Amino acid sequence: MKQLFPVPHVIGFVSSLLLSLIALVVVKFDLTFASGMTILGVTALVQAGLQLFLFMHVNENEDKRSLMTNIAYALFVGLVTIFGTLFAMLWGYNMI
Amino acid sequence: MKWDEFFVTGEPMIYAAMVSIVLVSVAIVAGLTYFKKWGYLWRNWLTTVDHKKIGVMYIIAALLMLFRGGVDALLMRAQTAVPENGLLDGQHYNEIFTTHGIIMILFMAMPFIIGLMNVVIPLQIGARDVAFPRLNAVSFWLFFFGAMLLNLSFVIGGSPDAGWSAYFPLASTEFSPTVGNNYYSLSLQIAGIGTLMTGINFLVTILKMRAPGMTLMKMPMFTWSILITSVIIIFAFPVLTVALALMMLDRQFGTQFFAMQNGGMDMLWANLFWVWGHPEVYIVILPAFGIYSEIIATFARKNLYGYKSMVISMVAISMLSFLVWVHHFYTMGHGVMVNSVFSITTMAIAIPTGVKIFNWLFTLRKGKITFSTPMLYALAFIPIFTIGGVTGVMLAMASADYQYHNTMFLVAHFHYVLIPGTVFAVIAGYHYWFPKVFGFRLNEKLGKWAFWFIAISFNVTFFPLFILGLNGMTRRMYTYSESTGFGPLNMLSMVGAVGLTIGFLLLVYNIYWSTRYAKRDTTGDPWDGRSLEWSTPSPVPEYNFAKTPVVTKLDAFWFSKKENTPLTDDGDYEPIHMPNNNGQPFIMGVAFFFFGFFMVFSWWIPAIIAGLVVLGTMAYRTFEQDHGHHISVEEIERTEKALRGEQS
Repeated sequence: MKQLFPVPHVIGFVSSLLLSLIALVVVKFDLTFASGMTILGVTALVQAGLQLFLFMHVNENEDKRSLMTNIAYALFVGLVTIFGTLFAMLWGYNMI
Repeated sequence: MKWDEFFVTGEPMIYAAMVSIVLVSVAIVAGLTYFKKWGYLWRNWLTTVDHKKIGVMYIIAALLMLFRGGVDALLMRAQTAVPENGLLDGQHYNEIFTTHGIIMILFMAMPFIIGLMNVVIPLQIGARDVAFPRLNAVSFWLFFFGAMLLNLSFVIGGSPDAGWSAYFPLASTEFSPTVGNNYYSLSLQIAGIGTLMTGINFLVTILKMRAPGMTLMKMPMFTWSILITSVIIIFAFPVLTVALALMMLDRQFGTQFFAMQNGGMDMLWANLFWVWGHPEVYIVILPAFGIYSEIIATFARKNLYGYKSMVISMVAISMLSFLVWVHHFYTMGHGVMVNSVFSITTMAIAIPTGVKIFNWLFTLRKGKITFSTPMLYALAFIPIFTIGGVTGVMLAMASADYQYHNTMFLVAHFHYVLIPGTVFAVIAGYHYWFPKVFGFRLNEKLGKWAFWFIAISFNVTFFPLFILGLNGMTRRMYTYSESTGFGPLNMLSMVGAVGLTIGFLLLVYNIYWSTRYAKRDTTGDPWDGRSLEWSTPSPVPEYNFAKTPVVTKLDAFWFSKKENTPLTDDGDYEPIHMPNNNGQPFIMGVAFFFFGFFMVFSWWIPAIIAGLVVLGTMAYRTFEQDHGHHISVEEIERTEKALRGEQS
């Protein structure tokens, strides 16, 4: 029974809920903008890590090269989307 | 809510549609009952996990949607054919161009391509099914019920009416108070999840399930294009998922992401939409390039020129496709810097695309060309698509785009790219692989008639729009005065639209004619093909390959024919392990449909119940023990003998 019980998944699920509750603090209490964003940023990063390791099993992959290609492409698309959006909608918007 | 807010009322065309929907539904139910086909339908189609059958269902759904979207297009052309026309009012016209766009891109082009890849990819790589057959069925049913949900909108509640791009603030509850855009956010969400899973499924299938010896650089070009497309799907669709979720929250839960005040930003929707939307363009065009590569190589009877450069240019397109989205809203008012950057990236896409055009031309050079129906589409594609591509470079120049933006010039441009690019490709692919699935070819004479109708009428329909756009006719205007002088060219365009209709009707008539009279193909290889799918008998048995083929080079089947070397070893048959059919994906799709429908009207309690049913079907799958079944050696021998005759 012990081998059958999915411990990492349950840990992942419970911690995801906990992290969401912590993020809720930002709404429920009167925090400054900076501290609110810090809490959101940190919980989001931990959340992403949990997903990657406990649910998507990135560390269980034998083939390191395809894993790295995958992560590099994901980073490329993610960073382009985030910084491209900032560039188009904010920074470049006020530029002549 | 009163009943006249629920049903769309006051429009004779809609009443006629309601009557026809009821009549067709009754006819289908009665027909199935009379011919006792319910069990057959359930066992062979609704519960199937066979990639070939799922592919066929995708293509049937796509053809139906082609006609739904085509009727929309005809109505639009009819409305604008003469000045001050009163056929449609402004609201109805808005709904029609919106649903035309959504249906043609998401519920026609995408499923047609996904259908072809379902049928072909496992056969082309020598596999017995996709990596996750059950997930494949889930993908299909989510797409199907997403599409049905959107199609329901024009009789119940009203269709989305803010354009297929649904820009905010127009799509907000303030300016679009009907439930139309709720349908938009929810039906696209449901279908989009299905597409995302298809992307994952085919990425894994192509990476993990190739026949022994088939390295990446020995894959057929269509398989390569689907590999790249799957990667783009996986990275682009999550953006749509998030954008649609934010849209739903804004419209139904009072958030302000895309509002014009309280820290919201209306143009952020346009931004997110096109971060997905531009890669989406390549999701529908890259498989088309793959289809053309297969067809041109087969009918020029030569190997593809510049295989490696084809692959590199596709990888380059997949990267560039994520770097150009701002060119859809150059006129938003951001600085010169932003427009310059995106202008350059956009023009850069013309380079790898140009490489591919030259590769096809060099493949044709000195080839022994057979002018079959699929080849005609491929040959027409090259010049027509080039016109679309070159006008695209014109639009890519940000300063010039201030002149072209949102005019009929743009409409002409993207139809010149998408119709020869995607529509010709799927029709060509459908003619090309039809004998593989059904065991007989479509009639060539009828096919060629349809081709000439479609290719000529397409130009008659859309070329005038370039001129109209340069003369200042904007897109999405439902009428115009006679003094504008737009009348004659619009009338010409209407004539072309009628020709296109005739072409597509011929296409469907060809299915009927060929089913009844066409000669059956006994070889499994009617076109003298090059890749592994043609080594199987037609129609393909459930298990695809009785023995897994071994590949040593590109175009393995072609060389095995020329050099008379077998594709498989001499060993005996072994029992084949296949997945079981299951009704869970269909039931999950139905539950998703009701969930989406209740959410559209903000009926929370029924929505929660339907949502729980969705979760229940997932839980059922989690705890289910299903180990598939084995096909015995005797049964394989019997099937192979029946399909191939005595020689095997």
